[in-house]
Amino acid sequence: MNLSNYLVLASILFAIGTATVLLRRNAIIVFMGVELMLNSANLLLVTFARIHGDLQGQVMAFFVMVVAAAEVVVGLAIIVSIFRARGSASVDDVNLLKN
Amino acid sequence: MTQLSVLLSLPASITSGGNVSSGETALFWVLAPLMVFGALGLLFARKAVHAALGIVLVMISLAFLYTAQEAPFLGVAQVVVYTGAVMMLFVFVLMLVGVDNSDSLVETLKGQRWIGAILGLGVAAALIGVIQTATFDQARGLTTPNADSNPVGVARVIFGQDIFAFEVVGVLLITAALGALVLTHRQRLVPRVGQKERADARVASGGRLAPLAAPGVYAGSNAMDTPALDPEGRPIEESVSRVLRTRGQRRSATEVEAQVGGTSAIEPAQIEPAQIEEGTQP
Repeated sequence: MNLSNYLVLASILFAIGTATVLLRRNAIIVFMGVELMLNSANLLLVTFARIHGDLQGQVMAFFVMVVAAAEVVVGLAIIVSIFRARGSASVDDVNLLKN
Repeated sequence: MTQLSVLLSLPASITSGGNVSSGETALFWVLAPLMVFGALGLLFARKAVHAALGIVLVMISLAFLYTAQEAPFLGVAQVVVYTGAVMMLFVFVLMLVGVDNSDSLVETLKGQRWIGAILGLGVAAALIGVIQTATFDQARGLTTPNADSNPVGVARVIFGQDIFAFEVVGVLLITAALGALVLTHRQRLVPRVGQKERADARVASGGRLAPLAAPGVYAGSNAMDTPALDPEGRPIEESVSRVLRTRGQRRSATEVEAQVGGTSAIEPAQIEPAQIEEGTQP
């Protein structure tokens, strides 16, 4: 098996994550799509670390994980506070500036 | 100790440097369809909890793939950080926001579904096309950098050349924790009403201070719907639950009185064990 299979798998996951962000309305599911994209990028980094024989890729994936954890905390807090204020977790309902 | 060393050598037995063993190939072809299936669950699941479970499947499979790709440290971190912490947080917030908060299917932007699907397929096509046309060197593998085990190698890079980035990430984590605290903080608009304030209000209003009487216990019934009797033999209406009173499901004390065998009003002194036995045996 060629190592580029891992890269193809990561691309497919990334595309599914993109489609989720574009198509779903529930803010939490959209957020999970972002997480899926970050994870697929991590798989890419780990595979390239192996191809190049350099641990720098794994370290970068580690940093992506930490930043993703911080992002999840703040993002979910925003979703919860919006839900408290508006009673909805749908991204369509946050159109106060429009109306 | 030997078991531990066997466990630690397992990842190494799956992979050998840059070459892909048959074991890793099998692992990949088992896990890759599962991962795509879980990810599609995120895209198509009607309920948010099912989508979250699909993502958990993807993340655990990713941990397997990391371990197979000579990154056992990242594999463990993936399980701990992503499936352990991040997805737990997601499920927790789903619980707060409401599990049955499903998507609306009304399109607010016209044609958004088709455009989104085409864009998603386009991203996949572009990325896969780039990967298929690119030529990669023969994989070198991480045998040399991982000579002192993978966590040690990763730690040398993190605490060596990337130490500044590591410190910045620490600041970021603290900022994120503070941000979450500030964002979910709710300002109190009215002063807190505690036990003391409630008691003071009850005394000031001149209402009943003692607890409510329990529903009556008689020979034929000790049910919630029978009012208790006060020392003068009158039924205490408040002793029956407010819900039953509102529904009109309470029984009057006179119905019970017939069972006990009294004539007009029962006096507590009359309810003696002997009489109660009489009442139960008609």
